[in-house]
Amino acid sequence: MSARQPNGSIRGERPLVADRLVGLDHQIASGKPSVAGGWDLPADLDKDPAVIPQLADVRVPPELKADIEYRMSLYPDARSAVIPALRAAQRHHGYLSTPAMLQVAAVMKVTPAYLSSIASFYDMLNEEPRGRHYVYVCTSVSCHLSNAKAVYEAIVEAAEEAELGDTDIREFECLGACDMQPMASVDGRYVGPLDVSDAPAIVAAVREGRKPLPGRGLEDSDHMPPGAGDPPPQEEAPQ
Amino acid sequence: MTTAPTPMRLLKDIDEPGLATREVYERLGGYAAMRRAVTEMEPDEVLSDISESDVRGRGGAGFAMGKKAGFIPKGDMDKYLVCNADESEPGAFKDRVLIQRNPHLLVEGCIIGARAIGANKAFIYIRGEYELQGDILEAAVAEAYAAGYLGRDILDAGFDLDLVVHRGAGAYICGEETGLLDSLEGKRGNPRLKPPFPANAGLYQGPTLINNVETLCNVPLVIGMGVEAYREVGSDQSKGTKVVSVSGNVKRPGNYEVALGTPIREIVYELAGGPLEGREIKCFFPGGSSAPVLTGDEGLDLAYDFETMAAAGSMLGSGSIIVVDDAQPLVPLALRLAHFYRHESCGKCTPCREGTNWTVKMLERVDSGEATPMDLELLQQVQTNIEGNCLCVLGDSMAMPIGSMLVKFRAEFEQHAERARMRNDAALVEQPAPELAATPQVGPA
Repeated sequence: MSARQPNGSIRGERPLVADRLVGLDHQIASGKPSVAGGWDLPADLDKDPAVIPQLADVRVPPELKADIEYRMSLYPDARSAVIPALRAAQRHHGYLSTPAMLQVAAVMKVTPAYLSSIASFYDMLNEEPRGRHYVYVCTSVSCHLSNAKAVYEAIVEAAEEAELGDTDIREFECLGACDMQPMASVDGRYVGPLDVSDAPAIVAAVREGRKPLPGRGLEDSDHMPPGAGDPPPQEEAPQ
Repeated sequence: MTTAPTPMRLLKDIDEPGLATREVYERLGGYAAMRRAVTEMEPDEVLSDISESDVRGRGGAGFAMGKKAGFIPKGDMDKYLVCNADESEPGAFKDRVLIQRNPHLLVEGCIIGARAIGANKAFIYIRGEYELQGDILEAAVAEAYAAGYLGRDILDAGFDLDLVVHRGAGAYICGEETGLLDSLEGKRGNPRLKPPFPANAGLYQGPTLINNVETLCNVPLVIGMGVEAYREVGSDQSKGTKVVSVSGNVKRPGNYEVALGTPIREIVYELAGGPLEGREIKCFFPGGSSAPVLTGDEGLDLAYDFETMAAAGSMLGSGSIIVVDDAQPLVPLALRLAHFYRHESCGKCTPCREGTNWTVKMLERVDSGEATPMDLELLQQVQTNIEGNCLCVLGDSMAMPIGSMLVKFRAEFEQHAERARMRNDAALVEQPAPELAATPQVGPA
């Protein structure tokens, strides 16, 4: 079996890294990203037990690879690009699926486990399919004070009624737009102030791929957060 | 709304169409301060101007920027400037407006700040939810590169600076400076043990200056108008203006720029329109959701600056006033707050991880009528045990406001628990007897 070598490592019938990657396709298919050798193999204490997938073994879409490599080049330490890289992969794949993680790992030369530790920490990175579109309804303090919970429930109800799929609708923490409370971010577009009656329009817009609530988004030219000091000409919100 | 001769500085041109482009920004005098700082001034002069102006950090702690920058060691090592644009404090939205409308002011502030400490690499960590603002900022940075304000040998003055816009992915804790640094290094955003402070061992273990967006936006003003002019506005120890985000139960929520030291009543009533018709202000958070609440009576007539807020037992924080009117029950609000901090706790320190969790559970009991009066005692104790016992102040940010609510509105919490309990009792009596009889082994009544 195994014997401790003079250099302190334990050597056994440990397959080469390349051999261990043979089963990778199967692992991807089964959805179980096990890069460990298995229970019956001893650990080489000198080595990082996790396997870094090689670019030769993983097919990475060229535009995704280029994107990640560009982002890695911006930092003194390429690992800093992990969040931008995961976001890029998520945009490409819809969510951080096992193949998506393996692709990022191969390009960044890190282990999938490391990527998973990052993805599980941040709210906007999804390891499960939650939908390509998102509606984040802010229900934090200021929005809470203006009845955001009812807006959230109305949107969920409207989405169920319209059988809206592929969309991640959730209560979200303060999105930094309390001047349009209660508000929501629909795929990054901030809309508000919202009312329960706006829910069907938002759902319909997401379904049809349109901009929700034209004229009531933060970037719309006619939507002006009140400037300092000068009293707004009329009531800011039509409500 | 006649008084308040608001000395607008940061928001002066905010409604100018196209301000986000370099062309308009420069037409209005932008980048002139940067030119002076890079071509005519030595780094030490820039630093001493910042120190003498007494610019204090606008991100929450109110620490003097000049002092912080002064801790950065001199020498040729790699130094970094990091701009904290991870604005996630509930109630804060000032940085969003500055970035969205006037991104070049921030870029200019970063260049001058980096010049002062001799950094050649700067990062702006912007929260991932600000997708539009991130795009605008990236465009502005690209414009600055194209104009030769960033990159190698800026304005032929032999000064190099790279500026990278780094987007987060949704984590409140990354607004804490050391958590931000870990996140920027590609790790989970767990705060670090201090010391060493970032000024000595920050990003990639190099000396790092971290400042909030609004703080850095003040830097071009200091250099542009001169220290004397800058100090003309403000109170004794808090100089300059502050962009205040007012939200909650007011008629005109929004960002208002005021001189530090302006009475709160003026901000809330005259600028933000006061509470809705027929309502009174019950209490308010003077500095975002992590500041201890002040009741309307005790707080409205105070001056809005760092010292007065601290003396009143609260804080100016990020400068976000959240107004709560008398129609709002406090228990659901406290529960909402606690939920937020439970979700955002990174889990590294036990008092915060467990304390936020148990605070939520106990408040749920208060809300559902399962609480006893003793639970409020316990709730208060939990808050006391969190404060000051963690690596960062996330736990304190929950413990302080909830603790202050418990002290100042104890009767309301007791009443809420009692009413909920009575409601439950009534529901129990109304239940038909057979159902109760059918499940006798549920437990003692």
